[in-house]
Amino acid sequence: MSVKLTEEMLKALPDARGHFGAFGGRFVSETLMDSLMTLEKEYLRLKEDPEFQATFDNDLADYVGRPSPLYFAERLTREAGGAQIWLKREDLNHTGAHKVNNTIGQALLASFLGKKRIIAETGAGQHGVATATVCARLGLECHVFMGAEDVKRQSLNVYRMKLLGATVHAVQSGTKTLKDAMNDAMRDWVANVDDTFYIIGTVAGPHPYPLLVRDFQSVIGREIRKQAMEKVGKLPDALVACVGGGSNAIGMFYPFLADESVELYGVEAGGLGIETGQHAAPLCAGRPGVLHGNRTYLMEDENGQIAGTHSVSAGLDYPGVGPEHAWLKDIGRANYVSVTDDEALDGFRKLTRVEGIMPALESAHAVAYGVKLAATMDKDQMLVINISGRGDKDIHTIAQLDGIEI
Amino acid sequence: MSRIEGVLKALKEQGRKALIPYITAGDPHPDETVSLMHTLVSAGADIIELGVPFSDPMADGPVIQLACERALKHGTSLRQAIAMVKEFRKTDPDTPVVLMGYLNPMEAMGYEAFADAAADAGVDGVLTVDLPPEEADQVAPLFADRHLDPVFLLAPTTTDDRIKAISEHSSGYVYYVSIKGVTGSATIDVDEVAKKVAHVHELTALPVGVGFGIRDAETAAAVGRVSDGVIVGSVLVDTIARHQTDPEALRKALTDLLHPMREALDSLAH
Repeated sequence: MSVKLTEEMLKALPDARGHFGAFGGRFVSETLMDSLMTLEKEYLRLKEDPEFQATFDNDLADYVGRPSPLYFAERLTREAGGAQIWLKREDLNHTGAHKVNNTIGQALLASFLGKKRIIAETGAGQHGVATATVCARLGLECHVFMGAEDVKRQSLNVYRMKLLGATVHAVQSGTKTLKDAMNDAMRDWVANVDDTFYIIGTVAGPHPYPLLVRDFQSVIGREIRKQAMEKVGKLPDALVACVGGGSNAIGMFYPFLADESVELYGVEAGGLGIETGQHAAPLCAGRPGVLHGNRTYLMEDENGQIAGTHSVSAGLDYPGVGPEHAWLKDIGRANYVSVTDDEALDGFRKLTRVEGIMPALESAHAVAYGVKLAATMDKDQMLVINISGRGDKDIHTIAQLDGIEI
Repeated sequence: MSRIEGVLKALKEQGRKALIPYITAGDPHPDETVSLMHTLVSAGADIIELGVPFSDPMADGPVIQLACERALKHGTSLRQAIAMVKEFRKTDPDTPVVLMGYLNPMEAMGYEAFADAAADAGVDGVLTVDLPPEEADQVAPLFADRHLDPVFLLAPTTTDDRIKAISEHSSGYVYYVSIKGVTGSATIDVDEVAKKVAHVHELTALPVGVGFGIRDAETAAAVGRVSDGVIVGSVLVDTIARHQTDPEALRKALTDLLHPMREALDSLAH
């Protein structure tokens, strides 16, 4: 069922209406349509603008610290007993995760559009911190919407945002998690559409967001291509990334979509187990629907109400997923799998003990699956796991699970 | 001629303005909704917008968010909302009903199944907040075949080209969102609304209803003066919230709220 993708096909997606096959689009209230169409037009222009691209590349190099290393995890490879495991070290970026690649790009867009007020939603807080960071640097007013539940479990990141000068709004509506934070950010945007730029943190949302976030994050995959050729002399055989909204995964996958030999694995949050219903794995166990401005796979009940999600990792605790992933699933180009909370925690501990690298709990999902997958592959094959963020922010969660108060 | 067109045409001939109240189906309880719809009609409603509760009402402020939560707590579904209209129709064959909500419940039910059930129940129009005409190509023919009026939103940010295009996709009326903001949030600037609505009238022959920010007889009259109808939502839903445990007091409070609006609108005709 897999379709061979060509560069030409990929260039044509998303189409003019922001569709990736049956997914994507622009499903928002009328008030936002003009802003989204202006943003699309301006982005498509700036995408080809050498000055914009040079500024973006410069910021990624000197402010974020790119390229991030591609690191051979020798002991982890030995433990797994199969393919060579390499780690893409997005955790070493400034602010500690891949999120900053996108906030740099979008804040630059905001500046070019003359918007002085920035809003963002955040789950684990990584995107909120990355947004607050670039706002501090550019002198922009910053408001971050965060579910009240997440504010509780990610207090360290909340404090970081405040130190950076952002106002953090604890969202009390609905399930008080990422999806509700996104609802409130949209509501704020509708009310302040003239002077406000909404920096969406993932590849979801209305067109053109899935397009521009993917473009900004694609630096991850482009670097992996180059680094793999330099270090190993070939393209990787498999890429593994965690998928919540899916921005680190699409950034890693996109530059390889036309390379048939490269297998792609997106790892969703299996929570307490897919069979329990307590998870955040719409691609594995959901169905198509419309939420937050795009058509994609969703977790919902039989009446189309969005279902509550569960994951030990706040950053994956989202009932939807980027529309491009939905499309890649349907055409069979990428594989979407899940690992449970417990498996992810094992992945966290393993990488910490064996390599001295503490991954974010989100990235630990990719680690857990990557190690399993490597074991089924040959020793001369190469597998890359995206370590999308570092685990400092999760220390409290881990300690709590261990029954330790810190 | 659709029921909506008929009502709006008759009102226009009398020089009167439409009073269009909004309530959320299932709020405060599914058993109350049909009775509340009749109360709205007795209090002067010309058309009813019946909200379909959704778990993630992105365009709504806290008042209607809470209404959705109350309705969903009792499991109110799109199918049930349609059944409420069917029940309402048994004793009121005249008052048009527009279902207002978000796309996902409709998508989950299936567009054709929805259109069939809605038409069968006597629903007259459908307003889907997060469905701009650009994405409506699947539903448009299904609605047209069953004489369901698609009602689309216009906003202060809508450009002239879009006003024309959206009006072409609409029937019954267009809904002008008077403020940049969510439902129930800001106070409207009547002069600004008047200017914009007059401009919308230049670009479309469809009746223009104005909603968001209408909370009393005074704002209703001010907006009625420049439009074909006023849509009243959050202030009614807030009243429902305050009287949710006492159905009698609730009916009286809703009537006390709508009556002065009706009178204020009708006084414009003289």
